[in-house]
Amino acid sequence: MIPAAFEYFSPQSVKEAIGLLEKHGDDAKILAGGHSLLPIMKLRLAQPKVIVDIGRISGLSGIKADGQKVAIGALTTHDAIERDAVLKEKCPLLAETAAVIGDMQVRNRGTIGGSAAHADPAADYPAALLALGAEIVAIGPKGTRTIPAGEFFVEMLTTALKPTEIITELRVPVLARGTGAAYQKHPHPASGYAVVGVAAVVTMSGGKCQSAAIGVTGVAGKPYRATAVEKALIGQSLDETTAAKAAAHAAEGVDPQGDLYASGQFRAHLASVYTKRAVLLAASRAK
Amino acid sequence: MAVSKLFGAKIKRREDPRLITGRATYTDDMQISGLAYAEIVRSPHAHARIKRIDVEAARRQPGVVAVFTGKDLQGVINPIPTAWLIPNADLKTPPHPALAVDTVRYVGDGVAVVVAEDRYAARDAAAQVRVDYEILPAVVDQQQAMAAGAPLLHADVPNNQAFKWALGNGEATAAAFKEAARDGVVIAQRFLNQRLIPNAMETRSVVARYNSGSGDLTVWYTTQNPHIARFLMSVVTGLPEHKIRIVAPEVGGGFGSKIPFYADEAIVVFCARKTGRPVKWTEDRRENYLTTIHGRDHITDLEVAARRDGTITALRGKTWANLGAYLSTAGPGIPTILHGLMLTGCYTIPNLDYVVYGVFTNTTPVDAYRGAGRPEATYLIERIVDLVAAKLTLDPADVRRKNFIPPDKFPYTSAEGLAYDSGNYGPALDKALAAVDYRRLREEQKRGPRNGKLLGIGLSTYVEICGLGPSSVVGSTGFQGGLWESAVVRLHPTAKATVFTGTSPHGQGEETTFAQVVADELGLPIDDIEVVHGDTAAVPMGWGTYGSRTTVVGGAAIVLAARRVREKAAKIAAHLLEAAEKDIVFDQGRFYVRGSPDKAKTIQEVTLQAYLAWNLPPGVEPALEASAFYDPTNFTFPFGSHVAVVEVDAETGQVALKRYVAIDDCGRVINPLIVDGQVHGGLVQGIAQALYEGAAYGRDGQLITGTMADYAVPKAHMFPTFETGRTETPSPHNPLGVKGVGETGTIASTPAVVNAVADALRSYGITTHLDMPLTPERAWNAIHGQRREVKAR
Repeated sequence: MIPAAFEYFSPQSVKEAIGLLEKHGDDAKILAGGHSLLPIMKLRLAQPKVIVDIGRISGLSGIKADGQKVAIGALTTHDAIERDAVLKEKCPLLAETAAVIGDMQVRNRGTIGGSAAHADPAADYPAALLALGAEIVAIGPKGTRTIPAGEFFVEMLTTALKPTEIITELRVPVLARGTGAAYQKHPHPASGYAVVGVAAVVTMSGGKCQSAAIGVTGVAGKPYRATAVEKALIGQSLDETTAAKAAAHAAEGVDPQGDLYASGQFRAHLASVYTKRAVLLAASRAK
Repeated sequence: MAVSKLFGAKIKRREDPRLITGRATYTDDMQISGLAYAEIVRSPHAHARIKRIDVEAARRQPGVVAVFTGKDLQGVINPIPTAWLIPNADLKTPPHPALAVDTVRYVGDGVAVVVAEDRYAARDAAAQVRVDYEILPAVVDQQQAMAAGAPLLHADVPNNQAFKWALGNGEATAAAFKEAARDGVVIAQRFLNQRLIPNAMETRSVVARYNSGSGDLTVWYTTQNPHIARFLMSVVTGLPEHKIRIVAPEVGGGFGSKIPFYADEAIVVFCARKTGRPVKWTEDRRENYLTTIHGRDHITDLEVAARRDGTITALRGKTWANLGAYLSTAGPGIPTILHGLMLTGCYTIPNLDYVVYGVFTNTTPVDAYRGAGRPEATYLIERIVDLVAAKLTLDPADVRRKNFIPPDKFPYTSAEGLAYDSGNYGPALDKALAAVDYRRLREEQKRGPRNGKLLGIGLSTYVEICGLGPSSVVGSTGFQGGLWESAVVRLHPTAKATVFTGTSPHGQGEETTFAQVVADELGLPIDDIEVVHGDTAAVPMGWGTYGSRTTVVGGAAIVLAARRVREKAAKIAAHLLEAAEKDIVFDQGRFYVRGSPDKAKTIQEVTLQAYLAWNLPPGVEPALEASAFYDPTNFTFPFGSHVAVVEVDAETGQVALKRYVAIDDCGRVINPLIVDGQVHGGLVQGIAQALYEGAAYGRDGQLITGTMADYAVPKAHMFPTFETGRTETPSPHNPLGVKGVGETGTIASTPAVVNAVADALRSYGITTHLDMPLTPERAWNAIHGQRREVKAR
């Protein structure tokens, strides 16, 4: 639990931070809340030579409504997201997801940008970001670009970010009338990470499912949209039977990961159960 | 006789303000001028031959003071001994070098040590120690380790069998089984008591300072038993005992894991002597998981014989106890003396035939973990009693009642030969069942699952052995020490009191309870009493805190010493009051002549006079203090009934603990708050074994559950509000009437929860045995295997 030596920088602006990333290349790691990076540094599984602490850059945190979107600064903590009144009204799914991340200490320090950039395959946010069709805004030496969540999570611990890019903001849509959302999670009893986490966004019309977006985390090597479930839901009046039938496809086309706590087969089963529960809860909220 | 004022009072723990406001001093907080830091280089392999160690690169690292290997320690540091040499078991005690010289036997075995100016430099340099290993085949499972052709850990230990310990009467037991096979029931079941990691909040830490001028060695360290540590430090280092001072500063939990004498403290002392610098070593959590002892790890095949009315007539079984790579300090005694001797529990089971194999494997050594042997025994008996009830379709509460040792049979000699001091098991069970409204729960269960949730009710009616213990008895079991306790009660001239105890509390709250006892005995305000422990330079002698012995044995010594102080004070008071000693009454700190309470001498006045010594009665020495050395005549046997109520989600297998009722009988209660606290902590650890915890090794001997992100240390939100209650059956032989309560929660709760889950599944026609921890997948597999859908209602 004694990290190797590193050089520490605390840039005051995004521009300065990008300059440091350009200068130090692969030797540099960005530090935000530190809840993913510091534990692996203490175990010396990561030994970055340079730490770029972006925590003191102003303007990277905060939540604001922006037309049909809500913009969340990358350094906004899970706790702030959980408690934010704007999010609770316009996109409660994200607040509901933040509320079940780790424990209180983690939620007080960890940030949404850091979680997204780390891309842990069992992190909670990715399920919600995928289901919501969120956008990740990143800035690099060549300026700002917007990456759809569906393209952002590339592989386990790998994102579409370039080494010199920093996430500045995430944008989630304001939920429309008739749309409900829910996040259902089976936490690992040790780590608190999602063994299975399912975010469902369901739009109902005339008692039938008009559209559905299902984001799943914890099951496979990266978070994914359960498109087979989504297809099977459309046109259905959602009850225990129809939802279960559709949710049976939750792990279709992915390779469920197994560990000491839950085998791949059991994870796939849990994915179906939690998908069913998330869908039914989301549908019940679709008003 | 003093009127009891504080005995039984809910006084808040006096130790807590400093602990919870960060003003306590733990070993790692120690700062000494010239302090250097040690880092121990550990084997990454479970079993390997050391071909070569190259420390030159490490020596050249900045800030490095010295680097040593096992060869440097040879001839200077003696092998680390075991201190529980169980007799009649063919116990093998292969040498355990503090640093491995030619072979490493588990991941974490020390091979070298780096001393540096700071902790970072030490860690950096340790990474530069090059060890050339020849990897050998490893074995982690105790049954596989005993199989032909298994890798051998120690050259002179065939089949890796450290001991074979047998108990009971084979012939009579065989006859009982024959009869049961004919007219009753016989049930056989394999039970696993999985390996657990103790997880004290404070990891182990050692600070050693050697004064080469005086030859004095002082070691501050995380121990539950400083005097045993001093004794063993003398054995291992060759330094004379009177030149060694061991101090246990604040110790942040132990749960048994800070009883043993580890190689690490000997290594740090070696470093301090060789470098001439005080040296600090503190393990990090990863090191703690690899090198601090683990607990449990039993495989048991158990059979029970019973009559059709539920009367249990015999138990027969074999246990394979995984001891790890080396024998830890108390390692051999835990799965034998503290386990086998409690197998028949609180029941009149007349016949027993039991064998325990102790086995070496390429894993972290196993020793005492909260409950130490009794949780394993209680799990076996409480699970198999439930299996008898299920097989005979009897209520598990009725089967228990039928087999309880009746209250008029105490003291009761068990089939194992122990004399249970006192007990009255029925009322505790009645109280527990009433608390959960057992009948209503059973009716509810009969109505079937609700919302896909299976309701289960689990009982555990336990008895355990603690208050270790009469020295002659533990000596006969091969324990290489006495288990009496010492106390000094010293009144100062101003009648403030210092109480010295040979126990070493580290979270159990005896700074409060002992002060309560002394306050009552001497009529002093509790704030005038200081309890001192954990320093061999201050406390005459003692055997430490473990085995729920501190209040039972240490408290008894204190009350005897306090009474001696009072007797002497009464003599002086009589003299001052010009009365005969027999006419003196002592009441709430005042001595007076019977019938004349207005003319009194306070304890404060008498104490001052004892020190001034101007006017003492003839033959009475000055000053006011007394010591006592108390050796109990028996162990104590607390008992109780616990009930767990669970719901199993049939869709996911997730177990939700809905209610937990613990009715305990620990004799007289000095402080109900502290007893509740002990029970709560014990419950959490016991329930966690049932539902969450379990250390796992890969076949190559790597610890898979190597961090807190993999090993499920329970969290507060995982538990319902515990409902505690008590019955009171005083120990007849203990001066305070108390029994130990530090481990009852752990001992009782594991089978209560497992029985509840099994009960839930059984209510649904599923009788598959499940091993702990009862993860959702295990429960779901059991349900799913029956291919039954749970209908909503």
